[in-house]
Amino acid sequence: MSLEKFLNRAVSSWMSQEGPDSDIVLSSRIRLARNIVDYEFPTVFSNEEAQQIVRIFEQYFAKQSYRSLGRFELLKMNELQPIEKRVLVEKHLISPHLAEDCPFGACLLSENEEVSIMVNEEDHIRIQCLFPGFQLTEALEMANELDDWMEWHVNYAFDERRGYLTSCPTNVGTGLRASVMMHLPALILTQQMNRIIPAINQLGLVVRGTYGEGSEALGNIFQISNQITLGKSEEDIVEDLKSVVQQLIAQERMAREALVKTLNIQLEDRVFRSYGILANSRVIESKEAAQCLSDVRLGIDLGYIKNISRNILNELMILTQPGFLQQYAGGALRPNERDVLRAKLIRERLKMEEKKAMEGDGV
Amino acid sequence: MICQECKQRPATMHFTKIINGEKTEIHLCEHCAQEHGNVFMFPENSGFSIHNLLSGLLNFESPIKETKPNTFQMELLQCERCNMTYHQFTKIGRFGCSHCYDAFAKQLQPILKRLHSGNTIHAGKIPKRIGGTIHVRKQIEQLKQKLQELIAREEFEKAAEVRDQIRSLEAQLSEHGEGE
Repeated sequence: MSLEKFLNRAVSSWMSQEGPDSDIVLSSRIRLARNIVDYEFPTVFSNEEAQQIVRIFEQYFAKQSYRSLGRFELLKMNELQPIEKRVLVEKHLISPHLAEDCPFGACLLSENEEVSIMVNEEDHIRIQCLFPGFQLTEALEMANELDDWMEWHVNYAFDERRGYLTSCPTNVGTGLRASVMMHLPALILTQQMNRIIPAINQLGLVVRGTYGEGSEALGNIFQISNQITLGKSEEDIVEDLKSVVQQLIAQERMAREALVKTLNIQLEDRVFRSYGILANSRVIESKEAAQCLSDVRLGIDLGYIKNISRNILNELMILTQPGFLQQYAGGALRPNERDVLRAKLIRERLKMEEKKAMEGDGV
Repeated sequence: MICQECKQRPATMHFTKIINGEKTEIHLCEHCAQEHGNVFMFPENSGFSIHNLLSGLLNFESPIKETKPNTFQMELLQCERCNMTYHQFTKIGRFGCSHCYDAFAKQLQPILKRLHSGNTIHAGKIPKRIGGTIHVRKQIEQLKQKLQELIAREEFEKAAEVRDQIRSLEAQLSEHGEGE
């Protein structure tokens, strides 16, 4: 498969499009957890109940279109190859839990991959909307609409006092988790992040690395989300998160300005060294790749590097994950083979950008 | 800090071993840690999740506050619909069915408070279809509050309008279902 073809198929809209404030906020996500009344939760439900729920989705939602989202496709976990599942995880469309531990799990995926509804994960239904840039309110609106669409066909487990009943009491109430992925290289370089994270935690928000709980953030990318789901309205939860994100955006912009002022040439040097590594290396580990991609992205944002599209960080961060590399290779790869292919993929992707820029100049 | 093994990459994994009171610290990079066979320490493979933390929190509940006979009762506590016991719930940190919320209501109250910084009552969305009467009741509540405010400000004409709105909503409710 050629790289261009692979990219066309692999890249979902939130990776390739730009949204508001997308120099810092890579994506915004809303998740709603819902359960169907009279069915036991996935923690204990029988195989028969699980299959019935999948059938409900086949009957009412699979192959249906909803507004601008296009047709929905129902992907059943037990019909997918391990690599296919891994790719869905790396694209943040399904959780590792759904991919690995849910034999009756399924995923209702919209054509543009903005919406992915997980079925029979920890809860019966998890509606997820993933938008490029800083668009939490828009994503919440979309999730709410889809929630109403679902409710038209199934009765939710709901209690007037406790709200939407979820399998885990950490999600009860609104069942809402709102999160944003942010690229914060300047706050890391100026060593402010260590101070900021505890402050954010005190506000009832959680800060994590890109893929789960690990404290280290690959490529200076952080995920910030709400922790409390009960006792606040959906709008308030999202507003609270938004105000913290806005402050972080402002802090990061200030830190970038300060860096340019004080360390201009050193910063430029760092950016171009990283670009050199990406453009020339023959073997590269995911961690080094992530760090270099972060530097290059910062270089693009600050105008040191021109002619490369900004979304290259989002795209390559995802595409150089093991699952994607193996899909690109068309089979299983050993870790050192991955590092070689990762280097090759990044080199070729950068060449595509150069070619695009040259063609642009030629006209 | 540099990795002890390869002395090249920065150490990102920090282990502390305590054997017979003797403490040793090991600092490794991810690569060397993996070779060391400490793979289980990685978040990806460890399976350590929010539920482990949560069940720690839940188990913490009983021994301090409750006296012995009560903890015994708590262990016997069971949801009659899915048969999950409270004891099982404290272990896995997840409920078996929506009825568990009623079955363990008493035990749940302090847990919810702790998880949701003091909140125990839902204040968000209500399902459109099944939540019909709840919607109306919430609306009445809000209007009653507004009524009080208007009266306090002596805006009696507006207050009368609001009062009529409340009456018509209440009439709607009693048509819908008696008793509830």
